[in-house]
Amino acid sequence: MSNNHTPGAAITLVGCAKTFADGTRALEPLDLAIAPGETLVLLGPSGCGKTTTLRIIAGLESPDAGGKVLFDGADVTRLPIEKRNVGMVFQSYALFPNMSVVENVAYGLRVRGVAKAERLARAGEVLEMMRIDALADRRIDQLSGGQRQRVALARALAVRPRVILLDEPLTALDAALREHLRAEIDGLLRRLAITAIYVTHDQAEALALGDRIVVMRHGAIAQIGTPREIYFRPADDFVAGFVGVTNRLEGAVRGGRFETAAGALAVEAADRAAATLAFRPETAQLCVAAGSGLRFRVDQVHFQGARQRVLLSAADGSRIVLEAAAEVVLSAGDEVGIALDPSRIALV
Amino acid sequence: MQRSPLVFALQLLVTLLAAAFLVVPALTSILAGLTVNYFQGVRSGLTLDWVAQVWGLYAPTILRSIVLALGTLAVTLVIGVPAAWALARKPGRMSRLVEEVVTLPVAIPGLALALALILAYGGIREFRASILFILVGHVLYTLPFMLRSVMAVLAAVDVRTLEEGAASLGASPWQRFIQVVVPNARPGILAGALMVVTLSIGEFNLTWMLHTPLTQTLPVGLADSYASMRLEIASAYTLVFFIMIVPLLIAIQMMGGERAAKTRK
Repeated sequence: MSNNHTPGAAITLVGCAKTFADGTRALEPLDLAIAPGETLVLLGPSGCGKTTTLRIIAGLESPDAGGKVLFDGADVTRLPIEKRNVGMVFQSYALFPNMSVVENVAYGLRVRGVAKAERLARAGEVLEMMRIDALADRRIDQLSGGQRQRVALARALAVRPRVILLDEPLTALDAALREHLRAEIDGLLRRLAITAIYVTHDQAEALALGDRIVVMRHGAIAQIGTPREIYFRPADDFVAGFVGVTNRLEGAVRGGRFETAAGALAVEAADRAAATLAFRPETAQLCVAAGSGLRFRVDQVHFQGARQRVLLSAADGSRIVLEAAAEVVLSAGDEVGIALDPSRIALV
Repeated sequence: MQRSPLVFALQLLVTLLAAAFLVVPALTSILAGLTVNYFQGVRSGLTLDWVAQVWGLYAPTILRSIVLALGTLAVTLVIGVPAAWALARKPGRMSRLVEEVVTLPVAIPGLALALALILAYGGIREFRASILFILVGHVLYTLPFMLRSVMAVLAAVDVRTLEEGAASLGASPWQRFIQVVVPNARPGILAGALMVVTLSIGEFNLTWMLHTPLTQTLPVGLADSYASMRLEIASAYTLVFFIMIVPLLIAIQMMGGERAAKTRK
């Protein structure tokens, strides 16, 4: 199955904006290039335009005049979804209640005129690949949420699409199942080397699945980058706040040093009267010995077994959170220093 | 919850009285159609003569009503199901407006509707004299029932997303309609068909205005028999009507029930 799969398409969006009939601007003009075989995650809060972007790529919405969608360089802007050869997994799965599992999976082949015996055999292969061949003859309303999700994915893959589009495919499931299926989808997408576009509002899903993540806000791109770039070097406060817990310290840059109430730190930046230093809780090293750059007082310690979460405050009252090895014994009121890896901080 | 036996007995009594109030006239009417002489009561004996006479006098009206109901059903299916699909795909102010306009003939008195049809098309003689003239009236009157029951089911199964799913798999609009929309609209189509057939068979207001002596339907014939025949004949006519409509209702209900049971299995 995996070796005769159509290779993934390169997808390019040029100036794609979307204004709905009621005048709502869902998407500002957007340019985006997706490499063949890449898994791109569109991440953002509801109403940020991520689903609209996906639907424009799918062909379920057309961009405003001037916008263009290219598949492998060919303009498909005017092609309806049924002529684009995409696979799509919907949030509600959109499985056909009037068909059995195998009929659902074979449907794409049926409309392509593949003979019944062959299409059932091919649908059977995909079900086997998804390890749900035992469910082939079930009706859709006899399936659990996780099973439906797998059937939806199998159905989308059975037509060997050039790109698979996933619209919040795990949102309807409970947390444990979500994590399990996330790993399964990740393995599958990598094995098939298919171009995938995955829409989610869940940062953990985005970080785990994406080759690249597009963080969106108010119909525009806030940042594009690898999961590491997004996490460790967020472009702005919005991205930093949306993805993970972020510490921020207010201060100023003078002579290559970031000066704040907690102390000073060497940075590579031009002088600035107001700057914010942002970093993740787990990137800071706690040093109990005095003398290092930034000094804090311990407010609370939450022991978590392997790690401990430490809540600290600086002289001006600004608070940060960090993670420390469990061996270090700390108690409220202790004076500590922290060391920061310059490659894992962001100055905004 | 504990229920006192007294309250239960009272509830039962009220229910039985209400049921009896509704059932007794139907039974009286049926009995009247089977008695030799209604004014002497059952003592005069039971007979099927009246039923036979009704058949002899009014068989064409009965057949015509059946043909008319099936014709109305066919037209409302052909117009109503695609229309419901189109309206369900694009919900919004326009589709609500269309729905309201289509529903208007239910609110307007049948006589007014018939008058409008006669004023507009009564001049076309062949049309005016044919059963098609009544069919048009019946379609106007029953279409909203088909439309609404199909639309309700399409909204409940989220047909837009199902259709998007089918489209993403390469299905053309026609394939989507035949393979996804219609099968999933089936419960609504059945419920709508039930309404259309029963309304068409029993429709009197409109039909009375639209009919000619050669295009009498069952209810119009019934009115005619009440006006000009013995009470026993009119009652026997009612009995014939019951015999026709009840099995039909049961059959359609069973079709719907079978389907529902299969889905739940």
